Amino acid sequence: MDQIIVQFLNGLDKGSAYALIALGLTIIFGTLGVVNFAHGALFMLGAFCAVITSKILSASHKIVDATRTDFLGNPMQVDTFYVQDWFGMAAGQTIMDWAVPIAILFAVPVMIFVGFAMERGLIKHFYKRPHADQILVTFGLALVIGEIIKYFFGANPIQTPAPPAFTGSLDFGVFLGYEAQTIMYPYWRLVYFSFSAVIIAAVFAFLQFTTFGMVVRAGMADRETVGLLGIDIDKRFTFMFGLAAAVAGVAGVMYAPIVAPNYFMGMDFLVLSFVVVVVGGMGSLPGAVAAGFLLGILESFASMPVVIDLLPGINQIIIYLVAIVILLTRPRGLMGRKGVMEE
Amino acid sequence: MSKSNFTRRGIMKTGAAAGAALTLPTYLRADGHAGFTNAPGDSEVVLGFNVPQSGPYADEGADELRAYELAVEHLNGGGDGGMLQTFSSKALDGTGILGREVKFVTGDTQTKSDAARASARSMIEKDGAVMITGGSSSGVAVAVQALCQEAGIIFMAGLTHSNDTTGKDRKANGFRHFFNSYMTGAALAPVLAAQYGTDRKAYHLTADYNWGYTTQEAIQSSTEALGWETVNTVLTPLTATDFSSYIAPVLNSGADVLILNHYGGNMINSLTNAVQFGLRDAMANGKQFEIVVPLYSELMARGAGPNIKGILGSQNWDWKLENELGAKYSGTNAFVQSFGTKYGFPPSQAAHTCYVQTLLYADAVTRAGSFAPCAVDEALSDFEFDGMGNGPTLYRGSDHQCFKDVLVVRGKENPENEFDLVEIVEVTPVEQVTYAPDHPQMGGAEASLGECNNGA
Repeated sequence: MDQIIVQFLNGLDKGSAYALIALGLTIIFGTLGVVNFAHGALFMLGAFCAVITSKILSASHKIVDATRTDFLGNPMQVDTFYVQDWFGMAAGQTIMDWAVPIAILFAVPVMIFVGFAMERGLIKHFYKRPHADQILVTFGLALVIGEIIKYFFGANPIQTPAPPAFTGSLDFGVFLGYEAQTIMYPYWRLVYFSFSAVIIAAVFAFLQFTTFGMVVRAGMADRETVGLLGIDIDKRFTFMFGLAAAVAGVAGVMYAPIVAPNYFMGMDFLVLSFVVVVVGGMGSLPGAVAAGFLLGILESFASMPVVIDLLPGINQIIIYLVAIVILLTRPRGLMGRKGVMEE
Repeated sequence: MSKSNFTRRGIMKTGAAAGAALTLPTYLRADGHAGFTNAPGDSEVVLGFNVPQSGPYADEGADELRAYELAVEHLNGGGDGGMLQTFSSKALDGTGILGREVKFVTGDTQTKSDAARASARSMIEKDGAVMITGGSSSGVAVAVQALCQEAGIIFMAGLTHSNDTTGKDRKANGFRHFFNSYMTGAALAPVLAAQYGTDRKAYHLTADYNWGYTTQEAIQSSTEALGWETVNTVLTPLTATDFSSYIAPVLNSGADVLILNHYGGNMINSLTNAVQFGLRDAMANGKQFEIVVPLYSELMARGAGPNIKGILGSQNWDWKLENELGAKYSGTNAFVQSFGTKYGFPPSQAAHTCYVQTLLYADAVTRAGSFAPCAVDEALSDFEFDGMGNGPTLYRGSDHQCFKDVLVVRGKENPENEFDLVEIVEVTPVEQVTYAPDHPQMGGAEASLGECNNGA
């Protein structure tokens, strides 16, 4: 039972990442009708916002330490951090340690700008083109973004640790009546799940309870009618693209301590997220979130040794298997709307 | 009624045309007169460096390319000569190879067998490369080695650690300087037993591809021989990035050691996940829980950051070797000096093995007096050398595997600088890691090099 609880928690974490990316994909598809294959790259860019913030906060200058030598036998040059020069050793170290949460402040405006630039600079030219063209151009864009990141940061993953206060694991089992150290779960993963839940709730609240959101939802249902009412729906949809980029970005920032960012991490998530969107139902925001958590949890359970022993290889195909079953029984996905992608 | 077209003049014309047509393709290739594929002209010779320039091992590929370029510079008489100064063979004199200036072309393997074969084929057919070298994956190495065997080209393997490269998939035209999974097991297991005791229960997570299988097999068999029990072995997808679902069951499985048969990004992520889940701080069976990473690389250690501290693994070579363990490992400092001066940081073991392979090829050609693969094969087989950083080394003729000391290393607790990532715990003597060519892990008695192929 303890293993099932751990895998359930793992599933919630994976599901959180899937749901956040799928939510952004669905917003873009629902508002602009664009199938955005560059969305995984936006998630990756978010993770690199954490890397960049960490590098900025740990910017240093060299001082020569004549008492030591480097690997070639020359006097050693030692890094001295500017934040420690300015704020003192302890405060400077704390600022560097909290780079990931601080990165959210950096990532939100950056990702909104990137989203605007993508939509105005490239994607708007493909609104009336077939979905296949949109997929090709956005997939190409994802490759370009990935290569740019590789050029500047290299191919290897870059460790971006969580703040010291959130390293280590919580003795989760104690709360459920288990013996100590039976169910240990990393603090940061619990933070990630909680953070995702807040972001998802905030996006839904924004769309549900604000005038702006209501107009956007009306535009998603009938763009022409909203336009005839004198509302510039295109501008609002552009904003929603920026919002979707920001959601993917903050999801990436917070994910950086879980899996060290690298230039192809967006591709890892992209295909899975599209499966999530299709299973949830194209254009359905609740469907995307529900499918994200469902598939995350199933994937986690399928990775348990006892399951792999019983069904070898199931861990590698479970998501696609579930997608096939759901699409055969419910072709529009779990909560898909009639007419979407059916023209 | 038909009329025959055969006349004496017609037959002679047809015969001459057919003969010319059959001869032409051979005549147009330089090898036509030399009897082997891509025989170089008198002024230059082209080598093919086939490394991952994109994909998850691109950083290692970049370091390999740096080493290759340095080797070419030294072969052509540039720079400080590097290991040409310390190499026990004195056949190379800095005038290229057999008087030809060394040129090179590069290819991108993308760490994919198909892409690697395509780029190797292009370098052989379009660029006239007489030797292919490189790699950063055993799957790639095995695939390219087979291609070179068919084409009649020498393959000097770069980074490949699977037993199969010089085991069941060995080829007469292929040579490996790097160590392998068996050697890792033979070197690491006694140190593990000494450090953690002989009463241990191990849980293996293994990358689901060729290298993972042979590494797991090697570590499992060598640790079990010393008394360890294997509790479970789980294959993980090569594409996995979050290993939490595989890590979470480990602590309550009865195991007290986790062995991560992972490499590159897989290892960085699985180790990070293991640390996140508290395995480094946990107790199991009344003992401190331990994590082992059989194959280390400096680039991986850098990627794993502080998570690597205190974790044991094995290496083919380390840039601190000569400074810490003396003149037996001469050549190390010469290479580090050359590489460090040119690029500003110490070379990785991938860079070292690729540099050495290039020099060994050039030396074999020079001693043989020919670029023909079978001549190179003869010159390299059972060749004993020294001064290349690993101590006395044998290129065994029966499987084309190099035999030399193996390092057991540990992630350093208090690094002095960003390059000071591991400490050398022990150097395992070559005798302890040597095995019979027909060892079961190497394909048994059925494994054979086959015949060398000059191509053409």
